[in-house]
Amino acid sequence: MKTTFFNEMYEAGGAVRPHYQAYADWLAATPAERIERKRAEADIAFHRVGITFAVYGEESGTERLIPFDIVPRVIPANEWIRLHGGLRQRIKALNAFLHDIYHDQHILDAGHIPREQVLNNAQFRPEMMGINVAAGIYAHIAGVDLVRAGGEGSDQKGGEYYVLEDNLRVPSGVSYMIEDRKMMMRLFPELFSRHKIAPVQHYPDMLLENLRTVAPQGVNDPTVVLLTPGAYNSAYFEHTFLAQQMGVELVEGRDLFVYDDTVFMRTTRGPQRVDVIYRRLDDDFLDPLAFRKDSMLGVPGLLSAYRAGRVTLANAIGTGVADDKSIYPYVPEMIRFYLGEEPLLNNVPTYMLRKPDDRKYVLEHLPELVVKEVHGAGGYGMLVGPASTREQIETFRQRIVAAPEKYIAQPTLALSNCPTFVESGVAPRHVDLRPFVLSGKNIDMVPGGLTRVALREGSLVVNSSQGGGTKDTWVLED
Amino acid sequence: MLSRTADHLYWMSRYTERAENLARLLDVTYQMSLVPKSVAAENQNWGAILALNSLEGRFAEAYDTVNADNVLRFMVMDPNNISSIFSCLRAARENAHAVRGTLTAETWESCNMTWLEVRDQKFEQILSSGIGQFFEWVKLRSAVTRGVTFGTMLQDEAQHFIRLGGLIERADNTARILDVKYHVLHTNGDEGATDFYQWGALLRSLSAFEVYRKVYRDVITPARVAELLMLRLDMPRSLHACTRGIVRVLESIKNGQSAETERLAGILHAHIHYARIDDILARGLHEYLTDFMDRIYELGEGISHDFLMPAA
Repeated sequence: MKTTFFNEMYEAGGAVRPHYQAYADWLAATPAERIERKRAEADIAFHRVGITFAVYGEESGTERLIPFDIVPRVIPANEWIRLHGGLRQRIKALNAFLHDIYHDQHILDAGHIPREQVLNNAQFRPEMMGINVAAGIYAHIAGVDLVRAGGEGSDQKGGEYYVLEDNLRVPSGVSYMIEDRKMMMRLFPELFSRHKIAPVQHYPDMLLENLRTVAPQGVNDPTVVLLTPGAYNSAYFEHTFLAQQMGVELVEGRDLFVYDDTVFMRTTRGPQRVDVIYRRLDDDFLDPLAFRKDSMLGVPGLLSAYRAGRVTLANAIGTGVADDKSIYPYVPEMIRFYLGEEPLLNNVPTYMLRKPDDRKYVLEHLPELVVKEVHGAGGYGMLVGPASTREQIETFRQRIVAAPEKYIAQPTLALSNCPTFVESGVAPRHVDLRPFVLSGKNIDMVPGGLTRVALREGSLVVNSSQGGGTKDTWVLED
Repeated sequence: MLSRTADHLYWMSRYTERAENLARLLDVTYQMSLVPKSVAAENQNWGAILALNSLEGRFAEAYDTVNADNVLRFMVMDPNNISSIFSCLRAARENAHAVRGTLTAETWESCNMTWLEVRDQKFEQILSSGIGQFFEWVKLRSAVTRGVTFGTMLQDEAQHFIRLGGLIERADNTARILDVKYHVLHTNGDEGATDFYQWGALLRSLSAFEVYRKVYRDVITPARVAELLMLRLDMPRSLHACTRGIVRVLESIKNGQSAETERLAGILHAHIHYARIDDILARGLHEYLTDFMDRIYELGEGISHDFLMPAA
């Protein structure tokens, strides 16, 4: 079977897709030296601003630049309208699911999801049972990973979008979405007069507004802060960026304390009450009294203040149970159950290795499949069958057999290609898309999101920790 | 503003100022060592620098003899000496890094660039290209960082804490330099010509040589040097200028628990403001400066307690 890939810019016959036509004309008319000069300019500018990320596992303190590609990923208006609707629907159902499992558990009673799959999940937080969170919202910020699979003629429908992961805990990358746009406008202003491109730079305003709408009851002018694990976190740049753009304090655990079930920050003018915490810290580290005792990053007593309804955490504690890979296969079911609608976005067919039939099939087809750890993230601890050696596959097989419940498997998606500048010139590289969905009084998002691109030829892994880069993402307006 | 943010800004500024003043102190010691004298006397001068910073013990762990080369190596580039210029610049940069979002791009870049450049240098390289040139570089980098900070930053609380850290450190450091050098000069000082160069070097190290000429239009005398560096309000590195600055900054950042610290600062300032150099010298300059440094230390503690690390 020959795998073909959907190309974002070109049709199968080689003609430029209509929404890329203006860009293609511009590219053809622009001298290669000018493009090269602009790429160098972008590199210098990114280094100066210090948009870097730390890489785990490498020499401590290693900071790398996330490569930025100057060929934009373009999405036509009608396509975005469909995605927008599908994302809203999905996040609405996921929030309803979270509320349900931490209250009456109707969906479990109805038998749509095996009870033990939820209750025995390591990400399920019994501490959250019966707690009423502000506005009933759990996942205030979601970074939904979408891919477009299958070229014309493959068994996957040509160019169809699939949801790969919902990312409801502390998704990152939105700062690159904004910085990429700023960079494109600086390098190629003329492109923005040729196209009608939906703006994205108001994201921090939307985020702040969203966070203010979910303040605890009775608070009229809420104080919002961003809680970071600190300067050594891989996404620290983004934390400082967002705090600065929103005009809120960037705090660490030691800046906060809880007194009488109220959270305060230590300021030079004395203690100041905090109402909403946009936390970029995992559940486990939030409160050493309630979760990991050894956490130096959290705030003792935070859970107690949270349960008393005196502070809002965004995202809520315990959202991980809804974006867990073992729960993912049930999302379409949730949409039907809570909203009475048919899902607008596709799920990737998923084999659950705890099921004997699925396991048998997967172990027989490892070279074709992608196997992921249920709790893994960031592209670590996964097997991409078609890109692995026989040895790697055998090693992984043993890990699966030892603990099958820890894994799921999916068909290898033929991720769509987008033209990308590489050393040999412009060549197709695989991309995904991460829109950032905000839920408060309403569900909303800026058009597009972050496009990640796998820069190594043939690679399907777009994570920045694995050599991925980013592109500006244009949603065209009609 | 967050107390932790204020703390980082304050210490970023203190370490930058400390590195600069250490360069000044080492520079003047080096300059004075160029005037011929006995080896014992010279090594005593280098030893005084260690004593001044209470570093004799730590120095003895890594080096066997007190001489120019070893003390310079220890105080300039030794990463294991937390008081070396190298360590101060690293600490300044680490504090800046932690509050990068609060600084302007220029301040951050200046502070970071200083660190990146010093990090890549070897002590031998510095010696071979002339250590005086290195001290000039440290002073210049400090001036650049200070310049872009006050030239680009909003005049808000963040700037108050940066200013406060610089003033506290400078008050302490000026007192220290004066204390150690005044003592050395007064005991070694014999012939007029040598004396002139020695006092000249001290003034230069505090960028006060031309100022002295302008203010006094007369020969250099120890009493006037002390007066200039301590009591002249218009001399930016003098104790008087520093204490007045501290009182003013505290006035703008005061909070519900800082009254005692303000009071201490006010007393210290008044003490200097109404002092006469003849009285100070009659009572003993060393005693006066020691008392001053103790009070600055106390002020620093008060500032930490009231603003930077308040108890819950």
